[in-house]
Amino acid sequence: MTPGRCSAGGERDPVTAPLAISFDGFDVLGLLLVLSLLCWGPPARAQGLAADLTSHLIAITTGFTGASVVLFGATDGPGDVIIAVRGPDREMTVRRKSRVAGIWVNTQEVTFANVPSFYAIAASRPVADILSPAAAAFYRLGLANLKLAASTPAPSVVVDAFRTALERTQQEAGLFVERMSKVDFLGERLFRATIAFPSNVPTGTYLVEVFLVRDKDVVSGQTTPLVVSKVGVDASVFEFSKRQPGFYGAIAVLTAMVAGWLASLPFRGA
Amino acid sequence: MDIYLPIAEVSLDIFVLLGLGAAVGFLSGVFGVGGGFLLTPLLIFIGVPPTVAVASSANQLVGASVSGVLAHWRRGNVDFKMGYVLLIGGLAGSVLGVGIFTLLKRLGQIELTISICYVLLLGVLGALMMIESIRAILRLHRPGTSRRRLHQHTWMHGLPLKARFRRSRLYISALLPVGIGFVIGVFSAILGIGGGFIMVPAMIYMLGMPTSIVPGTSLLQIIFVAANVTVLQAFTNQTVDAVLALVLLVGGVIGARIGSRFGMRLRGEQLRLLLALMVLAVAAKLAFDMAVPPADVYSIASEKG
Repeated sequence: MTPGRCSAGGERDPVTAPLAISFDGFDVLGLLLVLSLLCWGPPARAQGLAADLTSHLIAITTGFTGASVVLFGATDGPGDVIIAVRGPDREMTVRRKSRVAGIWVNTQEVTFANVPSFYAIAASRPVADILSPAAAAFYRLGLANLKLAASTPAPSVVVDAFRTALERTQQEAGLFVERMSKVDFLGERLFRATIAFPSNVPTGTYLVEVFLVRDKDVVSGQTTPLVVSKVGVDASVFEFSKRQPGFYGAIAVLTAMVAGWLASLPFRGA
Repeated sequence: MDIYLPIAEVSLDIFVLLGLGAAVGFLSGVFGVGGGFLLTPLLIFIGVPPTVAVASSANQLVGASVSGVLAHWRRGNVDFKMGYVLLIGGLAGSVLGVGIFTLLKRLGQIELTISICYVLLLGVLGALMMIESIRAILRLHRPGTSRRRLHQHTWMHGLPLKARFRRSRLYISALLPVGIGFVIGVFSAILGIGGGFIMVPAMIYMLGMPTSIVPGTSLLQIIFVAANVTVLQAFTNQTVDAVLALVLLVGGVIGARIGSRFGMRLRGEQLRLLLALMVLAVAAKLAFDMAVPPADVYSIASEKG
C-alpha cells in the first residue's frame, strides 16, 4: 500500500491511519512537509480516486470563529463520493440528572472510552441511497455505525440511552454532523466539498477519509490528515499551563498583582 | 469582537467580558466587597465552563484586591497583624477547599455543590444583612432607642491564645480569626470567591472590628487566599484562564472607580439594604435553577484519552 493512499476497496481495511502522528506544537511545519510529501506520492494506479485538501492546518488564533477547508479531487469515472472527517478520540463521560429531594442531581454516569471528538459526513447523494448498510457499517460511515464502547458496566438499555444522549449533545454542539455539505461534481470526474469546522472544534490530528462508491459498495478510498492546532499566544498559554502548571499559576498571580498595582496608581494624584 | 480563551476553549465577545468585569467592579466599588460571588455565576451564565469560571475568578480577584488594599492602605485603614492571622487560617482552608473541589469534579458533582453552597451562603447572608439594614434604617427614624453595647462578652472571649490587635483596638483569642479565615478559605477555593461578603460581616459582628478597618484588612488577606487558590487550581485542575482573568480585571478596574464615586453619595444603611437584596436575588435565581427540570438531563464531560 502506498503511504497516504489506502486502497480500501482491495484490502478491506477502512481506516488504516497511514501515519501515527504524535502532535508536537513546535514542528508543525516539518510535520506538514512530511505529510504533504506522503500525500502527493506517485499518481494512483489501480485506484480510481485522488483527493487533497486546500490546507492541512486549521490554526486557532485569538479571533477564531470557525474555519473551513475545501477538499477537491478526481475519480477515474462515474460514481459517488463520501467524505468522513474524524477528530481524535476522547474519553467522554455522560451523566444523567434525576430529581433527588427536590433538586436535580447527577445520579448516573456512563463513560465511553473512544469517542471521536469530531465527526462529519459529506456525500454526493444521501449515504443510505448509495451504500449498502453492511458497507456503511464496515467503513463506520454514519453516526449509528460509530464504535462507541462503554467502559462503565451497565445494562445495554442504559448504555443505548446514554449513547443516544451523547450523539444528540454532540450534534447540538456542531461536533457530530451527519450531512455536513454536499460533495459537488464538476462534470463526471472532478469533485469538491467544503468541510466546515465550528469555533469549538477540538484540537488534534484529524483524518479525512474519501471513499469512491459504485454499485452500493466502496471501490476505492484515501485518507488525508488534517491538523487542528492552537497557534500564537493562545497556544503558548495553553501549552504552558499544561506543562508547567505551578509556574503558570504563579505567573497568573503575579500578572494580576501587577495589573492591580498599575490600576491603583492614578489614585495617588486624586 | 470575539476573543478566544485558551483554557476555557471558547470564543466570547470581548466587550461582553469587559462589560461584565465593569459591572462587577462597579458593584464592588459601591459596596466594598470583592464581587466574586456575582462574577462566577455570571461567567457560567455566558458559557464559561464552571470549573474554569471558578478558578479564573480567583485569579481576577488577586488583581482587584491588590488595587483595593493599596487604596485603603494609603488611608491607613489596614490592620496588617489581623490580616496575617486571618491568612494563616485562610491558606489552610484553601488547601482543603481545592482538595474537595478536585474530588467533587471527579465525581461529577462539582456544579451542584457550587450551586448549593451559593444558595445557602447567599441566602443566609442576604437575609441577615437585610434584617440588620432595615433595623438600622428604622433606628434612624426613631432616635433615642437602644444603642448597641460597645463590647459584649461571649464564649468567644474565653478562648486561649489571646493577642492584642492594636489597629483594630481588640484583645481577643487568635484562634477566632484563624477559624474564620479557615472557613472562608474552604469556600473561596470551592466557589472562586474571595469571601469578602462573608468576611466583612464576620469581622464586624463576630470579631467586633471597627468598620473603617474592615474592608482593607479583608482585602489584604483575600489577595493571599486568592493567589493560593489560583496557584493550586492551576496546578491540580489546570482551569485558570489568565487571559479571561486579565480581560475581566481591565473592565473591573474601570467599573470600581465609577462605583466608588457613586457609593459615596449613598448612605451606609441604604447601601447594605441594596446589597442584601441583590445577594438574595442571586440566591433565589440559583435555587430556582436547581429545582426546575433541566433543559437536558444529560451532560457530557470529555477528557483527552
